[in-house]
Amino acid sequence: MSTDRPVSTAPSAGTTAVVAVGGVVGSLLRWGLQEAWPHDADGFPASTLAVNTTGCLAIGVLMVWVGSGRAPAAARPFLGVGLLGGFTTFSAYAVDLPVLVEAGRADLAVLCLVSTVALAIVAVVAGTAVGTALAERRAR
Amino acid sequence: MIDALWVSLGAGAGAAARFHLAPWAARHTADPIWGTTAVNVIGSLVLGFAVGLGVGGAVSLALGVGFCGAFTTWSTLSHDALTTAGRRGVRRAAVVLTLSVLSGVAAAVLGHLVGARI
Repeated sequence: MSTDRPVSTAPSAGTTAVVAVGGVVGSLLRWGLQEAWPHDADGFPASTLAVNTTGCLAIGVLMVWVGSGRAPAAARPFLGVGLLGGFTTFSAYAVDLPVLVEAGRADLAVLCLVSTVALAIVAVVAGTAVGTALAERRAR
Repeated sequence: MIDALWVSLGAGAGAAARFHLAPWAARHTADPIWGTTAVNVIGSLVLGFAVGLGVGGAVSLALGVGFCGAFTTWSTLSHDALTTAGRRGVRRAAVVLTLSVLSGVAAAVLGHLVGARI
């Protein structure tokens, strides 16, 4: 079954444009947060961790909504694949690790490596629970 | 303002490229998480190389913040792990997520090493 995967929406030209616009919005939000809350090469990348954790929480809620069949057709490509996909980032997280090690902060690199994974999982599970609770409340 | 334009150009292309590449890559594997892993590995390799090389200005904004930032994702990765846990068990999900994260990190380290030595 492919219906519970955000990236499996049929990639037509129109849907691609919707994804791209969502990606721009999400990336500008991420960039804004990273600019407002910068970190040095030897500092913990807290803004990236916050962005990724929030995005994982949101995708949990979103995918319950999409799965309920009540969300508009554009919700998944625009909000899921585009906005949240563009808001969260794996590359900045991964590249911050060798940068931290090079700056002599292997301790922060390990903390970042582990805390990002742990919080991502906690967030997506929590988001799914919140989405389910909201759907049940609505159904009552 | 022009900075936001550079980020937007890269981000639009990055999100669209992920949208096409991830499902294509996932079709060739046993677990959907590998499609997301493929984009994360490529994006981390490219960003690692760019950061190692020390690029700045418009290239950093368009390629790094925009393209690599939007091309790679944590939200889809975490949701893929949740999907795998539901279909194939928590143990299997923990293994594939760990392998996925370590592949991406290894790509970033490799890119960074190569970029810094050129």
